[in-house]
Amino acid sequence: MMVYLLCLVLFCVGLYCVLMKRNIIKIIVGIIIMEFAVNLFFVLVAYRMEGRAPILSPDAEILNMVDPLPQALVLTSIVIGLATTAVLVAIAMRIYEKYGTFDITKIKELRG
Amino acid sequence: MIMTAHIIPLFVGISLAGAFITSLLGKKLKMLPDVTGSLTTFALLILSLLSVWVVNVHGILVYNVGAWKLPIGIALVLDGLTAFMLVTVNLVAFLISIYSINYMERFTSKWKFYTLFLLMVAGMNGVVVTGDMFNLFVFLEIASVASYALVAFGTERHELEAAFKYAVMSIVGSLFILLGIVFLYSYTSTLNMADMAHILAQKGTSNIILMVSVLFIMGFGLKAALVPFHAWLPDAHPSAPAPISAMLSGVLIKSLGIYALCRIFYNVIGISSSLSSILMVLGTLSMVIGVFLAIGQWDFKRLLAYHSISQVGYVILGIGLGTPLGIIGGLFHLFNHSVFKSLLFLNSGAVEYATGTRDLQKMGGLSKKMPVTGTTSLIASMSIAGIPPFNGFWSKLIIIIACVEAGRYGYAFWAVLASILTLASFMKVMKYAFFGTLKEKWAQVKEVPFFMKLSMSLLALISLIGGVLLVPAVKEVFLHKAAEVLVQGTQYAVMILGG
Repeated sequence: MMVYLLCLVLFCVGLYCVLMKRNIIKIIVGIIIMEFAVNLFFVLVAYRMEGRAPILSPDAEILNMVDPLPQALVLTSIVIGLATTAVLVAIAMRIYEKYGTFDITKIKELRG
Repeated sequence: MIMTAHIIPLFVGISLAGAFITSLLGKKLKMLPDVTGSLTTFALLILSLLSVWVVNVHGILVYNVGAWKLPIGIALVLDGLTAFMLVTVNLVAFLISIYSINYMERFTSKWKFYTLFLLMVAGMNGVVVTGDMFNLFVFLEIASVASYALVAFGTERHELEAAFKYAVMSIVGSLFILLGIVFLYSYTSTLNMADMAHILAQKGTSNIILMVSVLFIMGFGLKAALVPFHAWLPDAHPSAPAPISAMLSGVLIKSLGIYALCRIFYNVIGISSSLSSILMVLGTLSMVIGVFLAIGQWDFKRLLAYHSISQVGYVILGIGLGTPLGIIGGLFHLFNHSVFKSLLFLNSGAVEYATGTRDLQKMGGLSKKMPVTGTTSLIASMSIAGIPPFNGFWSKLIIIIACVEAGRYGYAFWAVLASILTLASFMKVMKYAFFGTLKEKWAQVKEVPFFMKLSMSLLALISLIGGVLLVPAVKEVFLHKAAEVLVQGTQYAVMILGG
């Protein structure tokens, strides 16, 4: 139970970072933290107590094995996270070129 | 029977192939991006019309990717609702891609535009055809990432700011969706939507389903720009190039937001009366608040963006009612809105192309200089305001009748009120932009080039004759089949797994 709660705490740290920080780079870091919290939670969901890798071998009898599917899905999810982070960082670089600052309180020309 | 199912993966495959060819050769051959963009979307349009016919002849089709048997592998599903959404997405995508032939001349590196555009179409088609939960998330992210890049396409101050805001909010929404999928997987141990619906029906309700519903309403509500989650839309949609604004407002928020929301709530989790009232309240809030915010706007595209929020509210209200008539009204309004709202955004793009401004106060009398743009935008304005005989009138009428029939007089009142306010705000647009005296500044303004005129005229024609879809014979084939899927609810599982 403890690990799930820690996952939730990690997610909330990321969310806090996205909502409260003024620096664009810190917001991006917050998003990455949230992504990792969700990925970690996904892997934890698949874990079984005393489980082992689900590989069939003739000599060992398998009693308890972890669920392999979420691990494959998390790989996909990490790659997607990489793509979104790359786009965000590219936009952040262009914003710095145009505005000369990373402070979002100074980047607010769109109103209404 | 087996062969016809092979049509389904083509919707993703053709658009990805188009994007690949464009990115590979587009830099060298100047004409190629236009050709591949238009041909690819045209092929997709033909295929999607074909899929409507296929659904009517063969019923529901399932394609198993990699020939894995049903609950294990990824399944692609073609049913009435899917065929309906495919026609909507690909029709708008085709008309927008021929519009872009002329419009995108203003930007450098057209091939990048077409590559991203086709990737976005691939993502949207994928979201619509997939029958697998995680696959839905993957396609949703493909479409979203392409759209972040497209919003920032102009790389000026405003575009970048809007794109960053949009990207951050949309990524947070995606993470909520992923978290919801994780909870559903841990509860049911399956990812296939039909299998999931089957297991959920056996296990009954629990608190986990409640939590998943909240996560999905937050996540997909953010993608669909329902009112408490709408803040990104009025920035992102106006900042993108006009064809992309049309694409985002016309189909992206619908296939990523509304379609996914309906599919999951109706066919997988199963709609309950509390969920249905949440949807109706959110829809009414978006409808009324969107239109009130729109009235005060002077930026043409920003005004249209606020109206998107309001019209999406109508769709959600209609679908949330849950009665067969309400669902037909909601889906019909979804189709109509994607036609007339993309037309309006293309009109705003044409005005910007000719005059270089989006401020309504600086325009005036443009109808004399740009007759095609003026006429088509008059048609679209009357359509969105709900004046007979244009298509917007019929769908709003059905939604209001459905509200009254279900005894929801309050919702019907708000729907009528929002419609009147929409009319008021579009009278302002027509008065300031297209009618009145021509300002001296615009004496040299010319009408836009051929392909832009062609695409706008075709869309205007569709909004003029859109009411034909309600003729019983046509309705039976197209709208009714789509509404049937939602009405049947969790029977979906039996139909997929059994067939």
